[in-house]
Amino acid sequence: MLDTFFNVEIMKAAWPILLAGLGNTLLLSVTVVPLGLLGGLMLALLARLHSPWVRWPLMAWVDFFRAFPPLVLLILLYAGLPFIGIELGGFGCVAIAFFLNTGAYYGEILRAGIDSVPTGQTEAARSTGLSASQTMAWVVLPQAVRNVLPDLMSNTLEVVKLTALGSVVAMPELLFQARQAQSLTYNPTPIVVAALVYFALLWPLVRLLSRLENRALRAG
Amino acid sequence: MTGWERFLDTFFNAKVMAKYWPDILHGMWVTIELAMLVVVTGIASGLALALLRAAGIRPLNWLMIFVVDALRALPPLVIIVLIYFGLPSAGLTPSGFVSTWAALALVLMAFSEEIFWAGITAVPRGQWEAARSTGLSYAQALFHVVLPQALRLTIPPLTSRTIAITKGTALGSVVAVSEILGQASSAVSNSYNPSPLILGAAAYLVLFIPVVVAGRWVETRFAWKK
Repeated sequence: MLDTFFNVEIMKAAWPILLAGLGNTLLLSVTVVPLGLLGGLMLALLARLHSPWVRWPLMAWVDFFRAFPPLVLLILLYAGLPFIGIELGGFGCVAIAFFLNTGAYYGEILRAGIDSVPTGQTEAARSTGLSASQTMAWVVLPQAVRNVLPDLMSNTLEVVKLTALGSVVAMPELLFQARQAQSLTYNPTPIVVAALVYFALLWPLVRLLSRLENRALRAG
Repeated sequence: MTGWERFLDTFFNAKVMAKYWPDILHGMWVTIELAMLVVVTGIASGLALALLRAAGIRPLNWLMIFVVDALRALPPLVIIVLIYFGLPSAGLTPSGFVSTWAALALVLMAFSEEIFWAGITAVPRGQWEAARSTGLSYAQALFHVVLPQALRLTIPPLTSRTIAITKGTALGSVVAVSEILGQASSAVSNSYNPSPLILGAAAYLVLFIPVVVAGRWVETRFAWKK
């Protein structure tokens, strides 16, 4: 059993491959999390325009991406676009898919955050002579982010986990590298090690979130 | 052929769609079956774990917290791959369908246990004490007083989490489950035309848009009182 799932020899051999994968997973994460946040911020700010011409399409947009599995979006871009001569490569497709998909989720969270800041804050800020965009950037957004920080963190955890989808479009991230190593060695040890690496990477965040969520529910 | 016609011919090719829509339809049934199994087993086992945790057996609770944390920290695709490619080395050969079901049910179990547990602890202590002092047993107090209040709190977070995990059935395509995405991908490579993917995408929207809209309604209907 140990020889099958925790084979030390194979661990040693696979470690450099997995380490390269971990590097790419981290690189991918620090790219797609800001991209998703940017997309979300754009949606949340658009939602501030209380016109029905903006609100309904926005709601449809968000519901669309909530209903659409991210992997399907990714495959659609990766396998579909080359047919009309657009070759974005794995990384480009992942970036666009995450911008759209996780942007919709971040957007909902940020919108709720902005709604939670009392209007008096905006009025007070505007009356001191700040412009509308200054008010948003320096007064409303910092409070909004604070109010929904657990949700933002929880979504960020999901986004980092989602980077494993990159393996399907041949991005050499952690899961992809582990599967390569597994098929080279005919041994599942590299996948077990990759799972342990994910766990070590994300467990602190899970623990923190679990505490924050419990506290929020008790206070609610 | 104009550019627009070429675009239509590529992504909305009627001939290709006519040929492959029965496959996609079959994929839809597999997706529905998989999703139902995941939701029922995942939520039931999550509730069972939360109730077990309420019994307050220390070492058992630590073990449970650790397992739940691990399932929350690992990407679902990694768990699927681990089951599908790992277990055969231990003499078990689960099919892609079973691997996907088991992995997603475990993930949903972990998330729903957390949510149910948070709901149970959110019910004020006084409710327990009052119920017990009227002569209800521990189990009676739990099932007739605490749980009904707890479940109400858990509905909004549980709904959005369940939808998110159910969409993960698409991950089954990676381990050769013939659900919507799997069917669509193989149809694309057989026909050398991406129209089946568009059909597949439409199939997902047909299945999940009503769920998302219903979920939105449920979330506002049972929203936490702030």
